[in-house]
Amino acid sequence: MSIQNISLSGRKKQVSNKEMTLGERLYIGAIAGGMATTLKHMFKKKVTINYPEETRPFSPVYRGRHMLMRDEEGRERCTACGLCALSCPAEAITMKAAERTPEEKHLYREEKYAEIYEINMLRCIYCGLCEEACPKQAIYLTKSKQIVHANTSREHFIFGKEQLVMPLEQAINNTAKSE
Amino acid sequence: MEEAIIIEKGVIILAVFAITMLFAMYCTLAERKIAAWIQDRRGPNRAGPGGLFQPLADGLKLFAKEEFMPNTPNTFLFVLGPFISMTMALMTSAVIPWGDTLEIGGRKVILQATDINVAMLYVFAVLSVSVYGIMIGGWASNNKYSLISAMRVASQMISYEIAMGLSIVAILMMHSSMSLREIAANQHGMHWNIFYQPLGFLIFLVCSFAETNRTPFDLAECEQELIGGYHTEYSSMRMGFFLFAEYAAMFISSTLLAVLYLGAYNYPGMTWAAENWGENTANIIGIFVLFAKICFFIFLYMWVRWTIPRFRYDQLMNLGWKTLIPLAILNIVVTAVILLLTR
Repeated sequence: MSIQNISLSGRKKQVSNKEMTLGERLYIGAIAGGMATTLKHMFKKKVTINYPEETRPFSPVYRGRHMLMRDEEGRERCTACGLCALSCPAEAITMKAAERTPEEKHLYREEKYAEIYEINMLRCIYCGLCEEACPKQAIYLTKSKQIVHANTSREHFIFGKEQLVMPLEQAINNTAKSE
Repeated sequence: MEEAIIIEKGVIILAVFAITMLFAMYCTLAERKIAAWIQDRRGPNRAGPGGLFQPLADGLKLFAKEEFMPNTPNTFLFVLGPFISMTMALMTSAVIPWGDTLEIGGRKVILQATDINVAMLYVFAVLSVSVYGIMIGGWASNNKYSLISAMRVASQMISYEIAMGLSIVAILMMHSSMSLREIAANQHGMHWNIFYQPLGFLIFLVCSFAETNRTPFDLAECEQELIGGYHTEYSSMRMGFFLFAEYAAMFISSTLLAVLYLGAYNYPGMTWAAENWGENTANIIGIFVLFAKICFFIFLYMWVRWTIPRFRYDQLMNLGWKTLIPLAILNIVVTAVILLLTR
């Protein structure tokens, strides 16, 4: 066996330049073969996903919209340490810390909390490094299929705490479920 | 009696016109749907149930578009082009027998606009003139792509019309008549021409593809080389007319194929149906059978379009002059010899 004929993948095909026979030159067989192929495709399962009604199935490791978590008593976990902002490769996160007053004990878990917490959704690359960096398990990338909607103003894409913090009802539900 | 004939023919002409238009309209949808299915897609399915109103939406859009007139000295010819195409595409339907006779109130109604004894010649004359629509339109566009396209159409038509005419000669020899009505009636009882003239059918089919400018012979409008070909400069409904004429021509040529080779309105068991259910019922079924055959050919046109790639120009000419014409002549000779021996 000469070196030219070795096919490690098993897919190598020998091409030949031999003269076509009369039957081959009529092309009728080849055309019929082609027509059969296209006809078969007519009855195949369609690959299209009817977008607004159906959505593409996401992968199991899909990372979606961020959420600032609450603990089992409904208090915000974030303590505005800034590690997420530091770890963010896209520099999408900004925050401003504030000190918790005694009356706010039921709102924030630690003495320090994030007064302003903003993620620029245009910059965010959904890498999940903020989630890994967070020592208080405060920020998570959820499996939410909600995509950030299109808009013409850039300000619209800067998500503040009102979009990011876990809704209270959800926190109550979670606590009820765990008890 | 005279008035009755006028009313009768008027109704038939109107019905044929409406049906041709309807078919041409829904051909656009069928084309997109079949293209999609063959490519594993779904096709247009938003306008109406299953995309059924898509042709209406397309038509409305075309009407609403701006009418653009290129900088051409031949405004009149520019406007004339699409109208010739359209008129000629519709004129062929006049001689086609859509069904056998129907008996309505003691009158025998022939389902045909007119039964002339030179129907075949008429069809070929009209088909030849329809090229002028494209040629004039392409030439008046004052655009090199349109001009190249017009030249291609002209040469393509000339080369394919000869083979087409020659393949028909064999049929004329068999039936010794040029009337489409007689040819259709002679095919009664499964004596379909396709069984006697398989080669002629193949030649006629290939030539029909070339005549209607359909893939694999759509050199006139190949987007990759000539932008849009002869309709590059057209916009709005004038463009719509060109596209519409193409589909109307496709419908008519499918009808011709069905009438000439696939037994027109005849179907197996027609005599039995006529004996048991009455002549009228049998003939009405015949009309539907003819339309089923037409739909099959229209489907074939689209099926081929998404299967076979476009020919190169020289290949097209080779096929026309060096293959189809000799084959057609051979077909005539063989038919003549067999006719001589059997009669």
